Order: sequence, then C-alpha cells, then structure tokens
Amino acid sequence: MKRIVIHEEFCIGCRLCEIHCLVQRSKSKKIIKAFRFEKDQIVPGVQVEQSGYVSFALQCRHCDEAPCIEACLSGAMYRDPETGAVLCDTDRCVGCWMCIMVCPVGAIQRGAEKRVASKCDLCMGEEVPACVANCPNEAIVFVDDNDDE
Amino acid sequence: MSQLRKWLVEPDFIVVRDPERCIQCQVCVRQCANDVHEYDSDEDVVLSDSSDCVGCHRCATLCPTNAVSIKRAELEFRPHGNWEAAVLRNLYRQAETGGVLLAGMGNDQPAPVYWDRLLLNASQVTNPSIDPLREPMELVTYLGRKPDMLEIEARGVSPRLTTTLAPQLELRVPVMFSAMSYGSISYHASIALARAAAAAGTFANSGEGGLHEGLREYGDHMIVQVASGRFGVDVDYLNVAAAVEIKIGQGAKPGIGGHLPGEKVDAGVSATRMIPEGTDALSPAPHHDIYSIEDLRQLVFAIKEATGYAKPVAVKIAAVHNISAIASGAVRAGADIVVIDGFRGGTGAAPMMIRNNVGLPIEFALAAVDSRLREEGIRNQASLVVAGGFRSSADVVKAIALGADAVYIATAALVAMGCHLCQKCYTGKCNWGIATQDPYLTKRLNPNIATRRLVNLLNAWAHEITEMMGGMGINAVESLRGNREHLRGVGLTDRELRILEIKAAGE
Repeated sequence: MKRIVIHEEFCIGCRLCEIHCLVQRSKSKKIIKAFRFEKDQIVPGVQVEQSGYVSFALQCRHCDEAPCIEACLSGAMYRDPETGAVLCDTDRCVGCWMCIMVCPVGAIQRGAEKRVASKCDLCMGEEVPACVANCPNEAIVFVDDNDDE
Repeated sequence: MSQLRKWLVEPDFIVVRDPERCIQCQVCVRQCANDVHEYDSDEDVVLSDSSDCVGCHRCATLCPTNAVSIKRAELEFRPHGNWEAAVLRNLYRQAETGGVLLAGMGNDQPAPVYWDRLLLNASQVTNPSIDPLREPMELVTYLGRKPDMLEIEARGVSPRLTTTLAPQLELRVPVMFSAMSYGSISYHASIALARAAAAAGTFANSGEGGLHEGLREYGDHMIVQVASGRFGVDVDYLNVAAAVEIKIGQGAKPGIGGHLPGEKVDAGVSATRMIPEGTDALSPAPHHDIYSIEDLRQLVFAIKEATGYAKPVAVKIAAVHNISAIASGAVRAGADIVVIDGFRGGTGAAPMMIRNNVGLPIEFALAAVDSRLREEGIRNQASLVVAGGFRSSADVVKAIALGADAVYIATAALVAMGCHLCQKCYTGKCNWGIATQDPYLTKRLNPNIATRRLVNLLNAWAHEITEMMGGMGINAVESLRGNREHLRGVGLTDRELRILEIKAAGE
C-alpha cells in the first residue's frame, strides 16, 4: 500500500501540514474560510511533535496489525480493502476511546464536534494526501511499500 | 557603549500583514529566526515588529494565504545627492557601535555591470546557425596546462600521441561551483553542491574550511582549497580531491583575511577545520609563507609533490589593479589554472567598505589577463576561470568569448537553493538554512531538493549556452573561447573598448 513516510531530519516545524489537513477536512476547502468559520469543528489528522530542534509530523501509521481495529468494540475501526488504510466509520463509533488508549504512536484524536474518533484517512480520493502535497521541505513523502525508497 | 537611549537606525523593511488574509496559523512566527513575528494569544492575532526584519522573505514565501508582504521602509530622509539614506544609516550604526560595518554577499552598489554592455553575435545567411536540438554541440571543457606543442608518432594507420599531457579536469558544462566553506555554509548546503557537481559533471569547491568526511566520497568532483588559514589541510585532503586551489585573494574582500565567528564552529566544523570547538577561525590576510612569486611557486610545487603531479593546481586571485602582471606571475609560478575573482564576488562576511570599494570588474580583469597571457605566449600554460557575480548563461557565454575557459558561480547557486540575498550571512541566522550552523535552521535546507535545483540550474544554463552558440554558428565551446569577434560593446568609451579588445556595436 501507499504510506506516508516522515523524514524528521527535514521537518522544519512550520506546521503547514496541520494547516492544510484542516483545510482538506473543511466543508469549504478554502483556507481562509475554513480558518475563519470552521476551525473549531475540525481536528487535523496530523500533529507536529516538537522537542527542541527535533520535530516531525505524526499521523496514523495505518499499521499492518492495527491495535485500534482489534480494540474497537463497536467495529467502527476497519481496514479499507482497496487502499489498506485504517479508517473509522463515524456512524458506528461510540466514542469509547479504546483506540486512543491502544494506539502505539498516539495518532488518534477525539473529534471536535461529535463524540467520535478522529484520525488520518490518507485523504481518501486525493492522489496525494494534503500534508504531503503541502510540506515545503519534503519531510513528509507518500511512497509505495513495494518501492525501494 | 551606547551614547543615546534611542537606537537611531530605523528599520530597513516594514512587514505588511493583510488582516483579511491572515489566519493566525503562526507559520511566520515559527519561521523567523529574527523573532519579527509574535502570536498574541489574548487577542488571537499575529503581530510583527519590523525592527529586526532583514527582508529574507522566508515568512512571505511560506505564508499559506499570502497575507504577509515585506516592503522597503517608507521613512524618507530629505533627498540629498551626497548624504543618502544608506550613508546616514551607516553613520548612525557606527556611532552606536564603534565597529567596522559588516556585510554579507557581494558588492551591492550600483556599479556598472559590463556584461550588460556586451552584445553577442548571431549568424544570418552566410554562416548558417546550428540547431542544438538536431546537431551535436560540444560543451566539454578541459581545465589544466596544455602543452606548447603536440608530438605525434605516425605508425601505420593509427598515429600515437607521444607528448605527455598534464592532468586535466573534465567539465561537461563550463560552469563550476565556487569556493564556499563548510562553516560559512551548512553541511546540507555543502553536500548539495558536491552532489550536484557530481551529477552534472562539473566541480564544487570546498572553500578554505577543510573537507567534511561526508563529502569525501564526492572527491572526484571537488576542488579543495588551501588558503592562508590552512584549515583542515593534510595530505589526505589534498589527495581526495580532483584538484587543489591555492586561495590568495577573494573578490569580495581583496587584501584581507577571513573570520568565522566561534559561534559557527560547532563539533562538525571543529573536526573538519581541525580547530577547537567554539574558537574563532581566523584566516590571515596574506599566506605567511608567500611574499613573492617564487614563494608561490614553492607552495604550488609542494602541493604537486604531495599529490604526485596527478592533479591540476589552481591559484585564485582577486581582480585588483595590476591583475594581468599578477596572473602572469601565477602562471609562471606553475599554476595550471588561474582563477580571477571580480569585485562583485560574494562572501559570508566582509567589511562593507572593502566589499563595496576594493577590486575591479571581472570583465576588465578577464580581458586584460587573457590578452596579457597571449602576448607573453603563455596562455596555453594555464586555464583561466573567472568568478564574481555571474547571473546567467549569457554572462557565461560572454565571459568565454572574452577569453575564459570556465566560470565559477556561487551566489547564483545559493539563490537556486533558496537564498534571497538578504546579505545577513555573517549573523549565522540564515532563515533559508544555508549560511548557518544552527540546528533549528540547517534542517530547512533539504539537500535532496537543493541538489535537484542546482542540477536543474546547470542543465538549464547548458541548454541556453548551446542555443546561443548555435545561433552564432559555433558547435563547440572551444571555438567560442577568446573569440571576441562575437562581442560588440554598447555604451562603452573608446578606452573601455580598447581594454576589452572588442569592437563597438555597428563596427
């Protein structure tokens, strides 16, 4: 499957990935409108972790053996058969936060509006996820598992 | 000691923020190493204090909504032909600090750019032009000593060359990356230059700061420098490279040495330069063992001995008043390549008065040296490489027509990597991650991106050079070299035309 790979050595901590993820998840898809009217209702699927000069963008790793799918008691967490991405069916999610508890990298957040899990969905339908497309330093790249990087 | 409570130097730039477009995302806050932008969480607004803005455009470039713009400060002084605003600001600054004014990059004064007064020829009717996309075009250039004559032994059908040729550097494109030391620029910038040189079939110059272990694998495409500070010089350093360059002078600051502040000497720079961490790296003004051409000859041959006569040795001099005699001396001292750096050459740090007032335009220095070496019959003994403010492939073509074998670029290469010429290299706060060792900032230059951009630049120039050569009906860069018939001058005095040895437009 195609995965997001992070290069911490080139992450400059600008957080443009978070900003563009938020826009991607907005209804308007327009950056100024999204930030002015929709910001509080959206949680970006990527968070920049920073300590000193070391920083990196962290989003769901879409694990091959995903603890969140195992732990989900309502069956909301599932693997998309086509892309291999781990997704959350928000209609089934009951907000028990077990997925958040078991996620080994802390990539799942609580949703802002509804009591459902919020996570990276690899920008379903887009050729390249928004965080990858907008990283100014190629610190986030989208590569196929099978390709030698 | 400060004399006044109020600092009299007004900001050079004003940050203009469009509140309708600003989304308080704080990218500008995170990107400015000069702390110009600040987020006020009480008011949920990003504020800017222009006092420390250097005009590097990092914030404006990364702003996702184009809400930030940088304008020249509008505070106007009463116009005065002699006491211009920049002059007044310098006086205020010196009255405050009592120090030498520092500057980065090359001479920023509006001195005439003579390349713009030289025009190239093109073929019409009688000598048809060549389409470089259809016909073979040769840009390969060999740098090094050429023999006075070739002896060929004719044996049967395959004649054999019996003259032993001196070592040569083979360039796929007649443009190399000029000396920029690791220390003055970051490791990422250094490695990008080395990789790009290797990929494009040309050479990068280590500068005087030694050669980092990580760069040694690109040694075949590196020229290493031996300067007055002798930083990082040992026999391995000399032998790992393709050629060795003795740096006598630099176009941005002829006659003076260098000073890398201790703050930039981190563990990596310390190991590479072979000096203690945190100490200032001082390059003396002269080489303390060179006070004559004979002394220079001793160093040239010491290096040739150390490298087994297998590598060309270059001598780099700044373009100064008696440049042709000095260049002739360098050739007679045994230099295989003479590098001349003009007064627009860049630097990481130089006293502003020297940067702006010392040296010669490279156009005149090149023409004078090429003519002099031809007159003396020693032009073949050394290749001529010129440097100092080359902006485009057209400048390169004109330089070759004026007599250069190849051109060194550095500022243009930095710009390709992202430099915006804010001229603050000496502060170590380069927001583009180039002229800094600060780990927060060096990450900003991804060497993979920088390498790609540098290779693109060289490929684009190579393409343009073949187009211009084709237009002149020339299919090999060898036929363009010193071919001043292909140049005409506009807006030049008789004296200038005579020194450049070119005709005026219309002649």
